Amino acid sequence: MVDFFISPFADYIFLRRALMACMALALGCGPVGVLLVLRRMSLMGDALSHAILPGAAIGFLIGGLSLPAMGLGGFVVGFIVASLSGVISRFTILNEDASFAGFYLISLALGVLIISTQGSQVDLMHILFGTILAVDNTSLFMVTGITTFTLCILAIIYRPLLIECFDPGFLRVIGGWGGMYHFLFLVLVALNLVAAFQALGTLMALGMMMLPAVSSRLWARHVWSLFLFSSFFAVLSGYFGLLLSYHLEWPSGPSIILMAGLIYGVSLLIAPFGALKRQQGRD
Amino acid sequence: MEHASSSFWNIFQKKHKVVHCEVGDPPGIEIKNLTVTYPQNTVISGLTCHFDIPSLWAIVGPNGGGKSTLLRALLGLQQPTTGKVIFRNFCPCDVAYLAQQNQLDRRFPLTVGDTIAMGLFREVGIFRRYTKEQRGKMQAALEQVGLASFAKTPLQALSGGQFQRVLFARLILQDAPVIFLDEPFTGVDTRTIADLMKLVHVWVQEKRLVIAVLHDTALVNEHFPNTLLLARQFYRKGSTEKVLTKANIQSMIETSQAWEAMIGEGPHG
Repeated sequence: MVDFFISPFADYIFLRRALMACMALALGCGPVGVLLVLRRMSLMGDALSHAILPGAAIGFLIGGLSLPAMGLGGFVVGFIVASLSGVISRFTILNEDASFAGFYLISLALGVLIISTQGSQVDLMHILFGTILAVDNTSLFMVTGITTFTLCILAIIYRPLLIECFDPGFLRVIGGWGGMYHFLFLVLVALNLVAAFQALGTLMALGMMMLPAVSSRLWARHVWSLFLFSSFFAVLSGYFGLLLSYHLEWPSGPSIILMAGLIYGVSLLIAPFGALKRQQGRD
Repeated sequence: MEHASSSFWNIFQKKHKVVHCEVGDPPGIEIKNLTVTYPQNTVISGLTCHFDIPSLWAIVGPNGGGKSTLLRALLGLQQPTTGKVIFRNFCPCDVAYLAQQNQLDRRFPLTVGDTIAMGLFREVGIFRRYTKEQRGKMQAALEQVGLASFAKTPLQALSGGQFQRVLFARLILQDAPVIFLDEPFTGVDTRTIADLMKLVHVWVQEKRLVIAVLHDTALVNEHFPNTLLLARQFYRKGSTEKVLTKANIQSMIETSQAWEAMIGEGPHG
């Protein structure tokens, strides 16, 4: 038992670091993911995560495979894409989801192009699928820092942010700065995607947010309990994902996301508001 | 539902001031020659109207006739092309607004108590706890809408009518001198409508101005002393019996048929 569940982490420092990074990620991504689902912004999160790629690629050109350089680039470009899509949907007939889809495909292609012309195939794989086993102290500080920042901001703007999620018009009418909370929340999403990006790569960074969040929706009925469930599921998938990846020699990113997927599947079957027991929820 | 990142874009734009506030008599809303144009068509044109505080108004008209657009313009959410809106003796944040029900997610994981507590947001702000007195107010508001024992019930367990009662309880707690209701009774059973209408009458007795967008002319005839009939450029205002005449309704239908024939599928007001 101990050999299977604990020794890998006791024996290898890179696994310990990876585990710590996963835990930190899970604590931040859990609540942010729940809010993303509640705001029906899953697609926007998806677009944002892909839009991070060209920025990360530019960061990679300048600073090599370092998380701070790629993270900063990703954050900036992700933001530009988010706001450009907003502008496009405002001034044209296109819906926001359509303009997002357009932008993220372009940025994905651009990012892949930059990395494959300037770096190697291995670099490309690292950026697309993550290198959680290569987490160093700098990245660890960055991930934990982002999580701390996220949780503090969420604690501060919790009440108005929830009002804004439930009824965006309400805050605007009573003069409550709805736009600012929305903006802060987008910053948090982008930051957490950047944090998740080293562990899971740009293609799956959103997985750590979305899958635990949708699973938690099947278990809980209050926002605070959704946060707890979601973070808990994210921690579980991080731990078991790393364990699987160590014992079976699977790549770590997909293992983590698949564990999150497994939790989602099980939740669908046995959770109180899952597919089998769904009686109370009315449409 | 506001589009997520277009509201994100909004904060970078300097908002034009739609609504002017003044001190003076009589208190109420004055609309002067208001025109609102969307890229494809004009939805309100040359509307001049006055709503006194207190009074009870219904806005009636065909789909796309500009009813919701008018409310949005009054709320400062929609920029008029020309014209002016003047609020006398109250400011825009004194307006309580009930949006159309389909704009809210009824499966959102909040309890009834959480939802109505939003009505006190301006009093409690971001951090403060709810005082005993405020909790008392919440309970009283729930009792007024007939949901006394529902404080801990999750929203998703409510029926459409009960959900609307919750939103009315939130309006009670907002305690605003001016209340806008956008199609408050769509998809709501008759008993709930009767109960909520009683509440509306109480609000008017409490010297508030209530403006409701409605479709049901029978309900308007029964309860609303004043009506604004709005079908784009065609409008009539005044006491309900003089406005909701056969002749007026006929010309409203003709106007709306004319623009529907011209435009086909256009964005709705």
